[in-house]
Amino acid sequence: MSTTVERPRTQQELNYLNIDYSWKSWLLTTDHKRIAILYLVSITAMFFVGGLFATLIRLELLTPRGDLVSDDTYNKFFTMHGIIMIFFFLIPSIPAVLGNFLIPIMVGAKDLAFPRINLLSWYLYIVGAIFTLGAVVSGGVDTGWTFYPPFSSTYSNTYVMATALGVFIAGFSSILTGLNFIATIHKMRAPGMTWSRLPLFVWSNYATSLIQILGTPVLAITLLLLAAERIAHVGIFDPSIGGDPILFQHLFWFYSHPAVYIMILPGMGVISELVTAFSRKRIFGYGFVAFASIAIAVIGFLVWGHHMFVTGQSLYAGMYFSLLSFAVAVPSAIKVFNWTATMYRGSISWDTPMLYAFGFIGLFTIGGLTGLFLATLGLDVHVTDTYFVVAHFHYVMVGGMVMAYLGGLHFWWPKISGRMYPEGWAKFAALVVFAGFNLTFFPQFIVGYQGMPRRYHAYAPEFQVLNVLSSAGASILGLGYLIPLIYMLWSLKYGKRASANPWGAVGLEWTVPSPPPWDNFPQTPVVTWEAYQYHKPWQPEVEVGR
Amino acid sequence: MAVDTNLEEIHGPELRHHFETPDQQVETSTIGMWTFLVTEIMFFSGMFAAYAIFRSLYHDAFASTSKYMDVVVGAINTAVLICSSFTMVMAVRAARLGMRNMIVLFLILTMLLGLVFLGVKAYEYHHKWVEHLVPGFNFHYEEAKYERHAAIFFFLYFMMTGMHAMHMVVGEGLLATLLVMAWRGRFTAKWNTPVDMIGLYWHFVDIIWIFLFPLLYLIGQRA
Amino acid sequence: MNPEPHHHITPVRTYVLVWIALIILTFVTTWVAEIDLGEWNIVVAMTIAVVKMSLVAAFFMHIKGASALTKLVCGAGLFWMAILFALTFGDYRSRAWLPLEGWW
Repeated sequence: MSTTVERPRTQQELNYLNIDYSWKSWLLTTDHKRIAILYLVSITAMFFVGGLFATLIRLELLTPRGDLVSDDTYNKFFTMHGIIMIFFFLIPSIPAVLGNFLIPIMVGAKDLAFPRINLLSWYLYIVGAIFTLGAVVSGGVDTGWTFYPPFSSTYSNTYVMATALGVFIAGFSSILTGLNFIATIHKMRAPGMTWSRLPLFVWSNYATSLIQILGTPVLAITLLLLAAERIAHVGIFDPSIGGDPILFQHLFWFYSHPAVYIMILPGMGVISELVTAFSRKRIFGYGFVAFASIAIAVIGFLVWGHHMFVTGQSLYAGMYFSLLSFAVAVPSAIKVFNWTATMYRGSISWDTPMLYAFGFIGLFTIGGLTGLFLATLGLDVHVTDTYFVVAHFHYVMVGGMVMAYLGGLHFWWPKISGRMYPEGWAKFAALVVFAGFNLTFFPQFIVGYQGMPRRYHAYAPEFQVLNVLSSAGASILGLGYLIPLIYMLWSLKYGKRASANPWGAVGLEWTVPSPPPWDNFPQTPVVTWEAYQYHKPWQPEVEVGR
Repeated sequence: MAVDTNLEEIHGPELRHHFETPDQQVETSTIGMWTFLVTEIMFFSGMFAAYAIFRSLYHDAFASTSKYMDVVVGAINTAVLICSSFTMVMAVRAARLGMRNMIVLFLILTMLLGLVFLGVKAYEYHHKWVEHLVPGFNFHYEEAKYERHAAIFFFLYFMMTGMHAMHMVVGEGLLATLLVMAWRGRFTAKWNTPVDMIGLYWHFVDIIWIFLFPLLYLIGQRA
Repeated sequence: MNPEPHHHITPVRTYVLVWIALIILTFVTTWVAEIDLGEWNIVVAMTIAVVKMSLVAAFFMHIKGASALTKLVCGAGLFWMAILFALTFGDYRSRAWLPLEGWW
């Protein structure tokens, strides 16, 4: 019943979104921008599924007694919350959505190096998600996201195999994304886009890709060995039949500790872009920030044993892992200092992305510093497996990474969708997220330090006040995540049309129209400026439009 | 799409639209392939690490398995795989020179040698089954005190050689694709990237076996 | 204006020599395994394997003459494998050590 006659489009208005509307053009696309949109939709869906389990966890923890669900069901809740959020939201989020969309444009390329592999990576993600969600609806899995044997290999009666298979497949999606980024950043840069002119978002995604390709295969083989042990009942991890469960933890954390840098590094890249654009200043110490990303990626591989301080790991291994964990804090601190120095005497504007950037810097600092508490051998013995650990990694992952993701999504939303989001609502949502987040997780530091263990559905009555605060905060946080979902969808149709460079920011992505045309640049651009050239007028000589 | 044909005129048929020059395309494929091989190294190193740890923990039990491993068969299979690597590199060389018949010939030889390797491997697996050396399904070890730890050895043996054999099977499929393309004369001195890339993969699989052979077959042979 | 990708063509002789060397090394490693060298058997076997790997990588995979980037990528793979081995073994090797006298 379409009564409106479609406006004839001029060549100027053809972009990656309206060039073709068919289903096939989306599901078989090799355009990095469309694949980013596919990822955006699927990752958002997974985020809300994972959020549903978080809601159920917080509901159960309102009261000290296990009155909402049984202990077994609760085990499944936190396991599925963890697996979905980590493997299907946090790890792919910024690289697969913002990285996919922006990296080729930022380096001045028409697409990623291997467009069909990029599409394959999305399909692998979907297949992995189907297996995992299939396990969830069939009855769930209760091993914790870490799949520790011998529970996972011998005793658990839940859908361990299907879930592990889902994670295994999603791992290959992550590997292929990393591989694509590395080849692209090495070989597809436009003339003049030297390594020292790369936007820091590209640098941090490069570091992320290193971890993805070097770490993820080890997770794959670990899960494979676990599955084989579960099928054949041969003791490679199960100590009762000759295996060594700590070997599993070594192999698992060899990937899974660097994996937290897969989650946070791209967020750091986003913050470097936001801080410079909204302070109107060059980044302070470009080289330090760039190499800090690489340093985090490398040193991050040397610290995994700090997850195993209270296992049978040798004391001496505990000591060197503890020392190296302190070392990895140095490059992270360099970044925080440099962002702060960048803002110093900058002309700061308080747009929504910048609010998220402020949130990130503060909350990441808290999350990072409490990480140092946990890296300290003696203190860690006291707080291992308490809510202190839970609060720590949520400060880094949710307070850090999700803030950066939302900030980046708002910053580049005009470029992605061609529309502006409603600024007032967005600022309101940013404040709601910040308040809700702190109310949810700050009490968990206290309750954890007082000794409340994680992963139990019931707890001692004296912890109830702090848990009620936490659950109340979670409801506010949930609301804070729903508001952007609504107004972003609203803006697709009703939002103000965005210009090519609504923020007056520097970077190749702001030289192309919003939304960008099908192959980004009609002619390969030539880069003649430093990254973040906010200190002098920026006039890119790039042919815009087609 | 109109855009595509237009680009084909500019770049020639083998250059994809997002590359500037054929050199850039080849270099990108090369770096992509090597990056992929690095992921493969890490994939196998998980198993090698497990192997090394259990071998150092259960040294005697691991040594006791050697009497069930046929060194001669293993050595012959190693030689077969090395020969296939040689024929593969000759196929790559022929491709670089654009000699269609030579590419086809060497690809067929490589595939045949690969199949011989897999056949011998299947024979060995069968033998292990007959001798009750398949942990979890059919395992009985004569020296009872080593039974549990020898099971770990054979578990790792099947995991490592199994993963290796799976890579060989995938390689055979890739070679078959190459063969069809070569038969149709797709590879010229100007464009032969797939032969080069799959060659790298094939050699990598060979290297894995070069390590598996001494680690699995050559422990505790001394009388 | 479109420079064609150029490859260096290695003479067949080089490939044949590498092939022969690999076959000989296979025999050597099988033969050495029969001699009791104690702890050194594994060292010799692994050294020969590394030599064979280097031959395949350098000549068959054309690492020799490859770009610095390719060498770097290849080296990174080996380096990270070394990290996995070194830090994991550090744990297993030091598990039985007792705390030093007077530390606490």
